Amino acid sequence: MEYHDIVIIGGGPAGLAAAVSAYDAGCRDVLVIERDERLGGILNQCIHNGFGLHTFKEELTGPEYAERYIRQAEERGIKYMLRTIVADVSPEREILYVNRDEGAVRVKAGAIVLAMGCRERPRGALGIHGYRPAGIYTAGTAQRLMNIEGYMVGREVVILGSGDIGLIMARRMTLEGAKVKVVAELMPYSGGLKRNIVQCLDDYGIPLRLSHTVTKIHGKRRVEGVTISEVGPDRRPLPGTEEFYSCDTLLLSCGLIPENELSKQAGITLSRVTGGPEVDDGLETSAEGVFACGNVLHVHDLVDFVSEEAARAGRNAAAWVAEGGSDRGGELPVTAENGVTYTVPQRIRTDAHDEKITVRFRVNGVYRDKYVAVRSGGAEIKRLKRRIMAPGEMEELTLTGEDLGKCAGGITVGLED
Amino acid sequence: METRELTCIQCPLGCQLTVTVDGDSITVTGNTCQRGAVYGEKEVKAPTRTVTGTVPVDGGEIARVSVKTASDIPKDKMFEVMAEIHAARLAAPVEIGQIIIHDAAGSGADVIATKTVRKSRTA
Repeated sequence: MEYHDIVIIGGGPAGLAAAVSAYDAGCRDVLVIERDERLGGILNQCIHNGFGLHTFKEELTGPEYAERYIRQAEERGIKYMLRTIVADVSPEREILYVNRDEGAVRVKAGAIVLAMGCRERPRGALGIHGYRPAGIYTAGTAQRLMNIEGYMVGREVVILGSGDIGLIMARRMTLEGAKVKVVAELMPYSGGLKRNIVQCLDDYGIPLRLSHTVTKIHGKRRVEGVTISEVGPDRRPLPGTEEFYSCDTLLLSCGLIPENELSKQAGITLSRVTGGPEVDDGLETSAEGVFACGNVLHVHDLVDFVSEEAARAGRNAAAWVAEGGSDRGGELPVTAENGVTYTVPQRIRTDAHDEKITVRFRVNGVYRDKYVAVRSGGAEIKRLKRRIMAPGEMEELTLTGEDLGKCAGGITVGLED
Repeated sequence: METRELTCIQCPLGCQLTVTVDGDSITVTGNTCQRGAVYGEKEVKAPTRTVTGTVPVDGGEIARVSVKTASDIPKDKMFEVMAEIHAARLAAPVEIGQIIIHDAAGSGADVIATKTVRKSRTA
């Protein structure tokens, strides 16, 4: 069986950054497996600007951001396979991939980096009443059809969900000549970045209706309109608030789900909250030598943070191979509480104390002037003030070796007054 | 005198700004820092945006190339620039950074390719 030191599953922003950093950490045998026809992943269809402000200190479009990493990978001579899908991953780090040229092939990996990304929540998971007419797309599908294939998906559009892709598509469709009538959001706050609300909706006078949802899709062959209703605090539609919007297209931007079928096959422990693997501070999953990064681990708002996280995964995978594994020693569990929905990592190794550890987390509502408290064994390890936090914006804090030295047992991260 | 309500996008705080224009004098209220005042004033005086789109490519490995204005353009020129982008058509290959339209709609900014499109191997 062919062997590679590191096999990376997915050639999007996470996989590319992991590959480059693994190489730079000294690993010369890195293979990236990508199912699409080119590297770059979802960035290829994200033609809008706003990427790279953290990584490159300039504002790039998605394809430009991808190109920088593709070049870095090519300059290093990193091997990659396109049009190749991974069908199975075993806990022993054997990978079964399939492509047209070779058929089904098994390879053995010293370490694996999972970088499969995420997918959109489809209509079937939303339970909207009505027939199944043409004209209903997830926002990302519409984005691909318009930006890659060049099809105009509709003329009169309603968007359900205020996730970033939905907001970006509201602007895209408006610039391409469509009329976007309304964006309805079930929650009392937007799931997207503020910048996108302003530059994609406010700029074009597109209304955002919070605490509203689509309760009926009209039309049998093609969408003819939707009914939008206000929802109460329990998120159930309020009778009597129904309003009809005529439209030929409904876009759904209702959440992203990490794509972890392969992780499940490998028996990797997944978090019920993030939908991604539970990892330690080195981004290693419950399977030894298997690391995870990017949207397969937890859904990110900004690709810059994906690149940073993936670089850590790649570095750690290279170290794992060079050292022939790692001594797991003791681990401190990290638990989210009081308004914090999850943390990544979910555990920190006690032998990692010299490193600075980045802990990313999300909150479950909009909070102003709160403190993020890190506690362990009754003691306060860290207390950080935040003027505003919202579910649509990922938060982070850093723990130093000194902080961890003060920890006795499990660590909690929660909000306090 | 004219007033406009804006959301500041300089940081995640998203302050609700009220910008009052009275002749040459512009006052911004609702901001909690200086960046908000600068943003509010620019948004009223001379708002600019980067415009992105796609252009069809004949004989390419993919059907379209993504493009952008190489710098920000005045916001009120956005739809004129889009009209020029819609009128463009290219033949493969296209190199990333290649100028597609010079001085689009008199905005002073070129429209450039943001992706490389090689020639199709089957064509």
